[in-house]
Amino acid sequence: MKYVVIGNATAAIGTVEGIRSVDQEGEIVLISSEPHFTYGRPLISYLLLGKTTEDNMKYRPGDFYEANKVTTMLGRTVTKIDTDAKQVVLENGETVSYDKVAICTGSRPFVPPMEGLDTVEDQTSFMTMDDAHRLADLLGDKKDKNVLIIGAGLIGLKCAEGILHLSKSLTIIDMAPRILPNVLDEYGSSFLQKYLEDLGMKFYLSDSVAKFATPHHAVCKSGLELDFDVLVVAVGVRPNTQLAEEIGCEVNRGILVNNRSQTNVDDVYAAGDCTVSHDIAAGVDRILAILPNAYQQGEAAGINMAGGDAVFDSAFPMNASGFLGLHMITAGSYDGEAYITRTEEVYKKLVVRDNKLVGFILIGDVDRGGIYTSLIRDQVPLDTINFDLIREHPQLMAFARSERAKKLAQPH
Amino acid sequence: MKRVYVPQKWCLGCHLCEYNCAFANSGMTDMVKALKDREIFPRIRVEEGDSINFAVSCRHCDNPLCVKGCISGALSIENGVISIDSNKCVGCFTCVLSCPYGCISTSESGAVQKCELCTKNADGTPQCVAGCPNNAIVFEER
Repeated sequence: MKYVVIGNATAAIGTVEGIRSVDQEGEIVLISSEPHFTYGRPLISYLLLGKTTEDNMKYRPGDFYEANKVTTMLGRTVTKIDTDAKQVVLENGETVSYDKVAICTGSRPFVPPMEGLDTVEDQTSFMTMDDAHRLADLLGDKKDKNVLIIGAGLIGLKCAEGILHLSKSLTIIDMAPRILPNVLDEYGSSFLQKYLEDLGMKFYLSDSVAKFATPHHAVCKSGLELDFDVLVVAVGVRPNTQLAEEIGCEVNRGILVNNRSQTNVDDVYAAGDCTVSHDIAAGVDRILAILPNAYQQGEAAGINMAGGDAVFDSAFPMNASGFLGLHMITAGSYDGEAYITRTEEVYKKLVVRDNKLVGFILIGDVDRGGIYTSLIRDQVPLDTINFDLIREHPQLMAFARSERAKKLAQPH
Repeated sequence: MKRVYVPQKWCLGCHLCEYNCAFANSGMTDMVKALKDREIFPRIRVEEGDSINFAVSCRHCDNPLCVKGCISGALSIENGVISIDSNKCVGCFTCVLSCPYGCISTSESGAVQKCELCTKNADGTPQCVAGCPNNAIVFEER
């Protein structure tokens, strides 16, 4: 059996490890446009922040490819999948044959049209190691650059966290009326915004850049004018679905896969940020571009490609997105009955719907929060546990004694 | 593989395991110096109820969600033991968000910490078990 994995980030590594858990001998060829050893993509902000090093960013040990007998083709780009010949075609026309192929192509930055954007030389997006290096070069080490970030989502804000200490000033603008709208509720957004403003970040919300009058001067819809030295465009991302679309895979913004990570095309699997997942907390299909899902979807793809039997059917949004000392974890959907605790330092919200915990926000105190996540993942009926107790603090005491005995007696 | 198990009916709720854990992982040889007047960060925690107590530490899952969700590769399985490389950990807390047992916690250093069955300290065998006065924490193959 010969496997081709397109991509080299979380879903791709999950696929490799999934394959190897079943088939230790089959040939694996991993092809990726990026020339780097696999690295933890969300770590690029921590690299700028000084919390990690390029060496420590390696997502797996240095002998990973050898140990897993993976032939790598890094810095090479798959331009086409030929399902008739069962081969992938590279940018120089070279071909690599496959029996099973996994598309783990992730996403790319989305850049909306803005007049004059192409005249701005000192700009970057913020998704890759190369972006992080470019941004570090643009900023230099004199702390004398005024930075404008377009986008107050996770990418924009994690970037802001990474470079605040390297910037003379840092301004973030977003069309949305609040920051991190996909991760937080309104109160959580304002809580975080105030925290970040106190650290020196400046926000302009419900506004957007209308045009760049000069390479260092933006004019906004509201009439606001902003001078900047360095621009980061972090408006959003688009899944890389082109390879899949061309061979007839069903695509609805992301590639559609079943819970075994199979596309509708024979021997073609897909996993990670380029796919659509079924969100069990909200009960809808959507793109869940988050790392734990990418890994598990990839792992399921790999196991199934190798003839094993794996299902990944517990996808839902979950983010650990602390900022500069403020810890924050969130999961699920916020549509339902809310139980809220607010103090100066802490914001906690549990959301219940149909006798189940469907979502939560923990800011400031995240201790043992994974117990809440497990209630969402396992869809635990709340009338089978002591909900009053677990509302106060995540704890196993809230489970019935026999259930807890089971939990404590066996590995997951 | 041998794991730590906690027969609920025997736990007295004395919290000695928490102190023994913090001491074993302190790298110090004097328990008083290691723990006195300090906030301790044990990797095992006692939950206390009206009529029942029990200690909780990492289950060393066969299907570890913390490892699968780790954004940096800092968490890995080493001979069955879920291990943390604190040089690689950036303290993002995705593992805290992922662990169904609430067994990964913060530490003084900013990286997360968790039970590694005392495989990385000088003792080499779980000190919560060794110091439990009522056999309410055991280390065995099941």
